[in-house]
Amino acid sequence: MLARIEIMPEQLLQQIVNGLLIGFMYSLIAIGLTLIWGVMNIVNFAHGDFLMVGMFTSFWLFSLYGLDPLFSIPICFLLLFVMGMLIYRFIVSKVMKGPMLAQLVVTFGVSIFLSNLAVYLWTPDFRLIPPTILQGTWEFGEIILSIPKTVASVGSIITSVCLFLFLKKTKTGKAILATEMDRESALLMGINTERINSLSFGIGAALVGVAGAFLSTYYYIYPQVGGLFGLIAFSIVALGGFGSIEGAFIAGILVGLVQTLGGFFFDPAYKYAIVFMIYLITIWIRPQGLLGW
Amino acid sequence: MTVGLAVMVMLLIFPLVVTQIFPLQIMILVFMYAMLGVAWNIMGGYAGMFSFGQAAFFGIGAYTSSYLLMAFHVNPWFGLIAGGVVAALVAAAIGYPCSNLRGHYFAIASIAFAEIVRVYFNNWTLVNAAEGISLPMLDESFTNFMFHNSKVPYYYIMLAFLLLALVVCHFVATSKMGYYFRAIKESHDVAEVLGVNVVRYRLIAIMVSAFLSAMAGTFYAQYVLYIDPESVMLLAISIQIVLLSMLGGAGSVMGPVIGAAVLIPIAEVTRVWLGHQGTGVDMLIYGFLITIISVYQPQGVWGILSRIGNRIK
Amino acid sequence: MSKAICLDVKGMTKWFGGLAANQDIDFFVEEGEIVSIIGPNGAGKSTLFNCITGFYKPNGGKVSFFGRDIYRMRADKICKLGIARTFQVVQVISDMTVLENVVTGALLRFSRIGLATEKALEILAFTGLIEKKSFLGTELTIADKKRLEVSMALATQPRLLMLDESMAGLTRVELRAIIDLIKKIRAQGMTLVIVEHVMEAVMEISDRVVVLNSGKKIMEGVPKEVCSSPEVIQAYLGDKYRVVC
Repeated sequence: MLARIEIMPEQLLQQIVNGLLIGFMYSLIAIGLTLIWGVMNIVNFAHGDFLMVGMFTSFWLFSLYGLDPLFSIPICFLLLFVMGMLIYRFIVSKVMKGPMLAQLVVTFGVSIFLSNLAVYLWTPDFRLIPPTILQGTWEFGEIILSIPKTVASVGSIITSVCLFLFLKKTKTGKAILATEMDRESALLMGINTERINSLSFGIGAALVGVAGAFLSTYYYIYPQVGGLFGLIAFSIVALGGFGSIEGAFIAGILVGLVQTLGGFFFDPAYKYAIVFMIYLITIWIRPQGLLGW
Repeated sequence: MTVGLAVMVMLLIFPLVVTQIFPLQIMILVFMYAMLGVAWNIMGGYAGMFSFGQAAFFGIGAYTSSYLLMAFHVNPWFGLIAGGVVAALVAAAIGYPCSNLRGHYFAIASIAFAEIVRVYFNNWTLVNAAEGISLPMLDESFTNFMFHNSKVPYYYIMLAFLLLALVVCHFVATSKMGYYFRAIKESHDVAEVLGVNVVRYRLIAIMVSAFLSAMAGTFYAQYVLYIDPESVMLLAISIQIVLLSMLGGAGSVMGPVIGAAVLIPIAEVTRVWLGHQGTGVDMLIYGFLITIISVYQPQGVWGILSRIGNRIK
Repeated sequence: MSKAICLDVKGMTKWFGGLAANQDIDFFVEEGEIVSIIGPNGAGKSTLFNCITGFYKPNGGKVSFFGRDIYRMRADKICKLGIARTFQVVQVISDMTVLENVVTGALLRFSRIGLATEKALEILAFTGLIEKKSFLGTELTIADKKRLEVSMALATQPRLLMLDESMAGLTRVELRAIIDLIKKIRAQGMTLVIVEHVMEAVMEISDRVVVLNSGKKIMEGVPKEVCSSPEVIQAYLGDKYRVVC
């Protein structure tokens, strides 16, 4: 399976760069998931499909109104924020006290519904947004940096930092962190944990919607696109530590690197298997992840 | 149990009365998914290990018997047993390190495991990787587990397999094992404090579940005569198994059977009428139903029936 | 005629990160005794329980049960040897009936469901839950859940019963009922170790009392000695108080 014998240092560097670029996107996707998981202990199996909705929102705003994807970010954020809160309020909140099986299955149901609604409304066709403001590549010697990917990565970092500041510096943000750490104590201190749940679900969805907007600048847009991203996000959240924002950020980058380098040194066909292996190994050896408690 | 007897009789004479192929195919699928649901139920509904990766065992069963047939001309009935054993061993190997995992963590581990298996088989040249295995054509006979002219023998074989699974499940449910599984489902602490070796019983649950799922896999291979990772190891299959078990009632012997009897015909019929244009309407309704059921009736049909039964008492 | 030593704990130590939840704790229990472990919140009482019964892995010490080394033994093996316990947060099997819960415990010694059911019914009669045998776990009051938990523990036929705060959250009537039950259990020859906060109960039923504070044992003796010890009072109430006992 070891495919290369001579590796040029430039090739390796290129792979590392590619890995980082994917990794930053993964980070943003995973941060939303870990927030939801940390606050209300529910795995959002529809997370990848929220990404898909973000991507399609960006696509249609571009196709119908000529809005460049970068400018549709705030719209994606708001749309998915509302969608997330509604899904929490009318669906998820009702199973929180139900049996574990129902909690597991309900977000699968939402996932299947969303992805097939997309098929129904927009057909299963693959779509692409043609390059607009951002296009082309930067070249540093032998290393090629795709501009859309780089902008998306920077955007992802900025968004993550914004979230981080929101959580640490604002009153609402701190309430969210408090609920995440110790739900009962938060309740006792007068925090309305139901409202926090709803807010967190909304923010989690909004974040991955923004990731979708960034991703749509260079990735194929189609109804089933969320599936794999959603599954990879689980590994990232586990590696980073359930509920840890910083952890998800770092783990996202790591997984991006492992996936790219793993595919480079071993068979590219196995790269996703390697990502899933990460989940299993993390959960067996260090269940609290890198930065979790 | 006169209802049960009546149903049994109807099932036995069904192929003699209904001769169109489509209903027969649906019934065979119902039996197969019912068996997969019963197998899932043993580890999920009873012992609380909610696996979303049963397709891996289904596929391992299908591949083991098919590969043995293709490469070594091993009779499919022996292949059936071999497939079960291999699946059980793999189940033990993955189940052991996961002994402490519960709820969401276990669910995701099962998905991770099943996807790893699928990716591996998709690239494993020994079993033709993504191309899959076309089963060699044998003369039609029961010993060869192959029938070319009619699907009726498959109907009876699958029904017999389902009955076997039900007997196993019934035995589990009404024995010491069943009580211990249910204790484990509640919490590991409760089980341990009553003297239950949690690791051992969890392994038993997973291995039995895997063996039965693999049997269904071998049946599928002998029925369809072609398998590939995309048709026997798909996540969608695993999810379907969980859904129909929940719909019928997880934690009861007959629950998955009811769930399969309701869900599979609907899924097949809508797929043919609505789905073949690729509009996704059938799956849309499906997703909607799952969501509604999780929220409003997570105990499934069996839960409704039990409540009615209790009120009558 | 000296009694056998049922439980012998020496130097029990358990660290959580930098915190010594249990530090070098020694105590023993004679067969047939009721020993109570008391101390303010956070003293390490439940940690001690968990270390003895296999739910935590202690960092140091020795534990023997009727002479048999059980240090760091797996929890289910300890149960098989004859130690049963209840939990601070009561744990019963919610989807099962009261009877089924106790049967699950009885199955440890009687593998056939029929025989286990008979034994379970006997236990329920003994603990006073027989009327409610068809209630589901979820349908019980706290007091009944605790009673059920004790029944389940008794079904495993232990020689030592360890109760972790069985009296928390009970009304006066329920308290009297559980005290009577404990006395009834002891009358059958059982040895008991109980963690308790309800002082009147501790004084009434204990042969000896062990007092923990901040992970260490600070005193041990008969109830009257312990309750008038200034150290113990200080541990619970701080420096400013003196109590006439």
